[in-house]
Amino acid sequence: MDRLLDAIAAIGRGTLGAARMCGRITLFALDGVSQIVRPPFYPRMVGRALAEIGYFSLPVVALTAIFTGMVLALQSATGLARFSAESQIASLVVLSVTRELGPVLAGLMVAGRAGAAMAAELGTMRVTDQIDALTTLSTNPMKYLVAPRLLAGAIALPLLVVVADILGVLGGYIIATLKLGFNGHVYLNNTLDFLETQDVVSGLVKAAVFGFLVALMGCYNGYNSKGGAQGVGSATTAAVVSASILILAFDYVLTEIFFIR
Amino acid sequence: MSAPANGTVPKLRIRGLKKAFGPKQVLDGIDLDIPAGTSLVVIGGSGSGKSVLIKCVLGLIEPDEGIIELDGKNLLAMDREARERAVATMGMLFQNGALFDSLPVWENVAFGLLARHRVRRAEARQRADAVLAQVGLAPSVGDLWPSELSGGMQKRVGLARAIAASPDLLFFDEPTTGLDPIMGAVIDGLIVDVVRRLGSTAIAITHDMASASRIADSVAMLHKGQIIWQGGPEALMSSGNAIVDQFTHGRREGPITMELRR
Repeated sequence: MDRLLDAIAAIGRGTLGAARMCGRITLFALDGVSQIVRPPFYPRMVGRALAEIGYFSLPVVALTAIFTGMVLALQSATGLARFSAESQIASLVVLSVTRELGPVLAGLMVAGRAGAAMAAELGTMRVTDQIDALTTLSTNPMKYLVAPRLLAGAIALPLLVVVADILGVLGGYIIATLKLGFNGHVYLNNTLDFLETQDVVSGLVKAAVFGFLVALMGCYNGYNSKGGAQGVGSATTAAVVSASILILAFDYVLTEIFFIR
Repeated sequence: MSAPANGTVPKLRIRGLKKAFGPKQVLDGIDLDIPAGTSLVVIGGSGSGKSVLIKCVLGLIEPDEGIIELDGKNLLAMDREARERAVATMGMLFQNGALFDSLPVWENVAFGLLARHRVRRAEARQRADAVLAQVGLAPSVGDLWPSELSGGMQKRVGLARAIAASPDLLFFDEPTTGLDPIMGAVIDGLIVDVVRRLGSTAIAITHDMASASRIADSVAMLHKGQIIWQGGPEALMSSGNAIVDQFTHGRREGPITMELRR
């Protein structure tokens, strides 16, 4: 009986801990978002964060997208050949990339690169008193450090996904024309004929949400890190893991919303 | 608003300040008066709550109980904007400098001017160079990054950043820690100079008795969350208080016992 009660108590503690964590992250996010719209503004910090999240993530996102498009074309050729539907390769590639793989893979890549960097930078600032120093210099750290990154995350990832969409289709085009014997003009026509605005828009909305989540988890974990180098390392790991899980969870939620429409 | 017996309002008045972290009572009823234009040095063992005390005044940590009055106005009863305005009149030199490593030295020094006073960048650079000169650094240092500086230079830049906006109240968190004795004396000299020049009130916390003697107009000893002794720097090494004497002379035997964990 005692063991059962201990087990129930442990589950209860875990549940309460998870609820507290969700509450803290939500309050952190609300504070960060409210700082985006209230002056003073720090455009230089937004520009820096845009470069860090967007521009410097471009190579890794581009490579991921182009290889994903190539693999997708090869795999769909194998599968669709069983139904004599090889002509659908173009539509399958473009829909998969724009609706799903572009935003999810770009989000995961940015979480691993920029999210980790954010957590490490803010974590180091926390354990070396730089965040306290900001406060003593009459600067709200949430406004100066967090708000620009949240805004930049929500802007940069959709831009990256536009590039990823184009390169993903290009990857499929390369395989379809060079290896599978498709006519390039026909492949592109099929791609555009089956693509609807809604496909691209749903991917870009997902990307904006994922970008915000990556920045949120990077900032939250870094901002609240403790205990020196080990604490910063733990914050970095937590930022990448939590952002990756949230991306996949929110991907389902957003897909459900767009699926209904 | 309250005043001591002589009728003058102290620059900083602390009464009954308490702060606990979990079961550990770090500050347990601190009472302090710091007259305007004077320098108080707070000494005490590691973990005695010295840093927590000044972080409470700066608003970096919210105390559990007590009163902190700046010029007779209770900081803890102020709304957020008024508190921010009050904190804007303070400057802080952190123990490790806490320089922003993503900014060059001159932007570190001018950060408060750019953020708080909305000074144009060209003018901020000029003022940063002037403040760097006050702490004995050439304008060319302004173009370096914090990672390119030695420990002593980082302290000087931290000091320059703390005084750039001419604060009324200055805090120094272990200003000589990690420096050789000569550089420590140089930093102490700079602190005394800038505090006199600005006419500021200063609070420093340190373990370094030589540093305390050089900086202080008065010294307070913090032990087990309370101020157990206060006096002039000349009385520091012969206070007549067993706890203070053990601490200032660095004796192993005495009323202060170290908790050793195996």
